[in-house]
Order: sequence, then structure tokens, then C-alpha cells
Amino acid sequence: MEWVQQLINGISLGSIYALIALGYTMVYGIIKLINFAHGDVFMVGSFIGFYAITGFGLGFVPALLLSMAACAVFGVLIERIAYKRLRNATRIAALITAIGVSLLIEYGVIYVRGAQPEAYPNVFPNATFDLFGAKISSQSLFILLISVGLMIILQFIVHRTKIGKAMRAVSHDIDAARLMGINVDRTISATFAIGSALAGAAGVIFGIYYTKIEPLMGIIPGLKAFIAAVLGGIGIIPGAMVGGLVLGVAETVVSALGFSLWRDAAAFIILILILIFKPSGIFGKNSREKV
Amino acid sequence: MKKSKGFWLFLILSILGYGITQVLISSGMLNPFYSNMLINIAINIILAVSLHLVIGITGQFSIGHAGFLAVGAYVSAILTMKLLLPFPVALIAGGLVAALAGLVVGIPTLRLRGDYLAIATLGFGEIIRIVFLNIEYVGGAAGMQVSHFTTWTYAFVCLFLTILVIMNFTNSRHGRAAISIRENEIAADAMGINTTYYKVVAFTIGSFFAGIAGGLYSHNFYIIQPTNFGFLKSFDILIYVVLGGLGSLSGAVLAAILLTIISTFLQDFPETRMIIYSLVLVIVMLYRPQGLMGTREITDLFGKRKATKGGGSYGK
Repeated sequence: MEWVQQLINGISLGSIYALIALGYTMVYGIIKLINFAHGDVFMVGSFIGFYAITGFGLGFVPALLLSMAACAVFGVLIERIAYKRLRNATRIAALITAIGVSLLIEYGVIYVRGAQPEAYPNVFPNATFDLFGAKISSQSLFILLISVGLMIILQFIVHRTKIGKAMRAVSHDIDAARLMGINVDRTISATFAIGSALAGAAGVIFGIYYTKIEPLMGIIPGLKAFIAAVLGGIGIIPGAMVGGLVLGVAETVVSALGFSLWRDAAAFIILILILIFKPSGIFGKNSREKV
Repeated sequence: MKKSKGFWLFLILSILGYGITQVLISSGMLNPFYSNMLINIAINIILAVSLHLVIGITGQFSIGHAGFLAVGAYVSAILTMKLLLPFPVALIAGGLVAALAGLVVGIPTLRLRGDYLAIATLGFGEIIRIVFLNIEYVGGAAGMQVSHFTTWTYAFVCLFLTILVIMNFTNSRHGRAAISIRENEIAADAMGINTTYYKVVAFTIGSFFAGIAGGLYSHNFYIIQPTNFGFLKSFDILIYVVLGGLGSLSGAVLAAILLTIISTFLQDFPETRMIIYSLVLVIVMLYRPQGLMGTREITDLFGKRKATKGGGSYGK
């Protein structure tokens, strides 16, 4: 039952990607900016969780909540300091700024604490379950449960609360939303806060699953989460979840077939194929560009 | 008439510059540290100018330039180290293979726009790096030994030719077509310009010179590894173009010179270097998004004010 096991591994990995991808897709949906720094928020969240568990001796759930809260604040700060001035700037200027912010966070963290990796503490018992003959670790199960829980909460926020309604309105038409009395700045901040909190949670989960964290770890998962967002259709929340899961499973399959060195290439090849054949993503609709 | 006068001035000045530095190097007045810095500056200028053609002139936001640098570096290293061909042949072959790679990458991806193009080129750059990582023939992750062949003369000749070709391209009919694509692609298309053709041509020329720079780069170090060509390298090149001014050739050259000097002196503090780079990037984008020079050239600062080449609405 090798296949079931690989599938579960792929889904666990994919749910981490999906959590990060949600932040990308929400921010892109509202201000049309690829927030390159999002992968670094994920890294910062992972470190906050690490220090909370080893330094303050917190349990897993308090550490997760602390990391999410701190990342939410961090994400809002990034938006206020770096991106707010760029609302009316060209897309390329915004993209370059995001790249700059991303490098600044990475090397800022290295400057503060050094580049050495840390071993993440193990907070779960190392139990394995048998499912149709496949061995499933308790960790993958927890990851899955937490990710699914967070995604359900997100769906609730976006579709059932006032701020969620405001977010959908701003993403649909920012000027019309402003005319209708929606506080656009506050809505954008809320989007960054929610997206960054999810990235922080993903950081803690990633640390527990892979047991090793380092200051540059945000780059590759960040890019892959972005690929997941594009795959599902950027700006579409269910798309990010599906894209993350598809990417995670695809990567696990490539590794399981014995091409583990090509794993990262697989993600980029998926990206390029989707960009060439259906740039709007699996769930996207085509829209004509106006002059 | 005026244009050819400018050209001869440029030629004489550059030959003079080359002669002086060559005399300084061969007489030993410029120690190896500084002559190596000169070679690095030349390589980075070639990279900056070749990316300037893609981003600054044609307006196609490509952030995978290190991939083409890697192709040139590896191909020329294979030719000199494994097949024992002479260095100039290897340089040109590296450039040609990189141009071919640019053509292959450019035809599908240049249909994309803005952010999507950026991400696709980033992906291609990474794929190229991962391919080299997986080829045992070139040493995989451990890297490949390369002899030191790059001299100031080689670096200078390549630099001179790069600037000459890209300057002439920009001022030609093709260059004006490329600039019209930068200003407004849909309008350019409506005016009957074959936008795909010009975008691919500019991208291929840019890749060719990145490949030449790659050949110089690999023969200036003793070992090349796939990690040298990750997207941090692409961002380095991007910073030259952005800081100098999107659309200004002399701006890209000046930024490459300035930042290479700064990073040479910060060699022992790589974190500080990257923090400075990223801060510069963010601050320039927040307060002067068109870069230090905008679309102006350094020659515009002297002489009569002439009609601008258009600009201002870059990359909308």
C-alpha cells in the first residue's frame, strides 16, 4: 500500500503549500501584487514558533497561535511600510519592491541570528496509524487536521463576516467599494493580516514536519505556494487550496518515482505549462484586456 | 553627421580607456585585486546591458537572466576544459547556445505579460539551474573546475562589442519598434508592429550577451557551481538595471560599476551586502521608481536639449 502512503504524504505537503498559497491569492486578488515577501513571513512564523516552544516552553497550540498573531502584525507592518505608497505605482515597481522586501527580511534575519539551521522540537508523539496497510504518522494527520480547520475558518470569514464581504467587494472593484463607504485601507490590512497569519501557521507546521528550519527556507516553499496559487487561478480562494494539494501530490509522485533531485523542477514545469496553456488557472475565467 | 561624431568619440575614448588600464595592469601599477575588480565590473556591465535590452528597451520583465549566464558559463567551460578548444571559440559558442536557449524560452513565455512573464522567466531560470545540478558530466552540485583564461583584454573586447551592438540596436528601426512595445504593447500591435517578433529578437540578443558574460564569468573563477546561478544572481543583475533607470543604457552601466565596487569591498560581509542591496531596491522603488537616470542617457546631460525618446508611462 505504498500508494496510499505517498498520497497521504503528498496531501500533507500540499496542505502546507495551500496554507501559504491562500495568502498569495488573497493579496493578489485585492491589490494585484505578487507579494514575494510572503514566503519570508512563513519563515519568520516558523522561527517564532521555534523560539516559543524551545525558549518559552509553550505547547504546540499556544505556539501556533502566538506565531499566527505575530505574523499577522508583521504582514500588516510590511504592507503599511513598503506597499502602501505603491498603490498607484506601476506593476513592475510594486513587484521589484516586493522582491526587495523579501531579500531584506531574509538577510535581516541572518544578520540578527546567523544563517545556521535549527532542529525543530518534536511536540507530537511518534505514533503511526495503519490505514489500509499504509503507515501514517500522527504528524501528517495533525497537519492535515490543522490545515483543513484553518481553511474552514477562512471560508467562514470570507463568506459570512462583514470584513469578508468587504474583502470580496474590494477585490471586485476597488473604486466602487470605496464609493460604497468601505474603508479600503483597513480591508487591505485585514487581508494581509489573515494571509500572514495563515503563513505563520504553515511555518510552524512545516518546522514540525521537516524538523529543520533556516533563514532562507521561505524561498522555495514560497515560490511553490505561488505556483499553487497560479495553478488554481490566482485570486480565487478554493483554487489556491486545490492548487496546493495538486502540487504537493505531484511533487511526492515525482520523488516516489525516483527523481527526487528533479522535484523542484517539476513544480516550475507545471507552472510554465499552466501559464502557456491556461494562464488564468484551473478555476479562472478568461478576461479580455482593454486598451 | 552628429551621430557619427558621437560614435568616433565613443570609440576613441574607449580605446584610450583600455590602453591606459592595460598599461597600468602590465606595468604592475594596478595590483591583481583591482584588475580582477575591473574584470568583474566588465562582466557585470555586460550582464546589466543585456538585461537592459530586455527590460529597459523592450519592457519585458524577465527575472531569470542568471539562467542564460549559467548556460554560457557551462557551455564555454565544457568546450575549454573537456574538448580543449581555444577560449575565444568557447566564448562565442557559449553565447550562441545561450541565445538558442533564449529563443526556446522566449517563444512560449513572451506571450505572457507583466507579473506572469516575470514568474515564468524565474521558473525557466530555475529549471536551467536544476538541469545543470542533475548532469553528472559537469560535476552536479559539486561544480566544475575551470582554468583561469579571462583577461582584461577579453573582458574589454566583449564589453565594447556588447555596448556597441545594443546601442546600435536601440537606435535602429528595430530598437524603436521595441521601445514602442515598451510604451504600449496593444497600441504598437495596432500600428502593425510584429510585437512577438521584436520581443523574441530582443530576448535572444540579451541571452546571447548573457552567455558571453557567462563564459567570461566561468573562466574568471576556478570553479563553477549551480548555486552560483540561482535567482539571487538574477536579482543582482536586476538591481543594476532598476537602480540605473529602466530604459537608460548608461544608467545600467553606471549602476553596475557602482554596485560592483561596493560589493567587492563588502565581500567579507555578504549579509550586509544583501541588506544594502535590498534596502537600495526598496528605497529607489518607493521614492524614485524610474531609477536614478530614468530613460535619459548620460550624453543627454551634456550638449543641447533634444527631443526625448518618449517615456514616462513605462510599464503600465
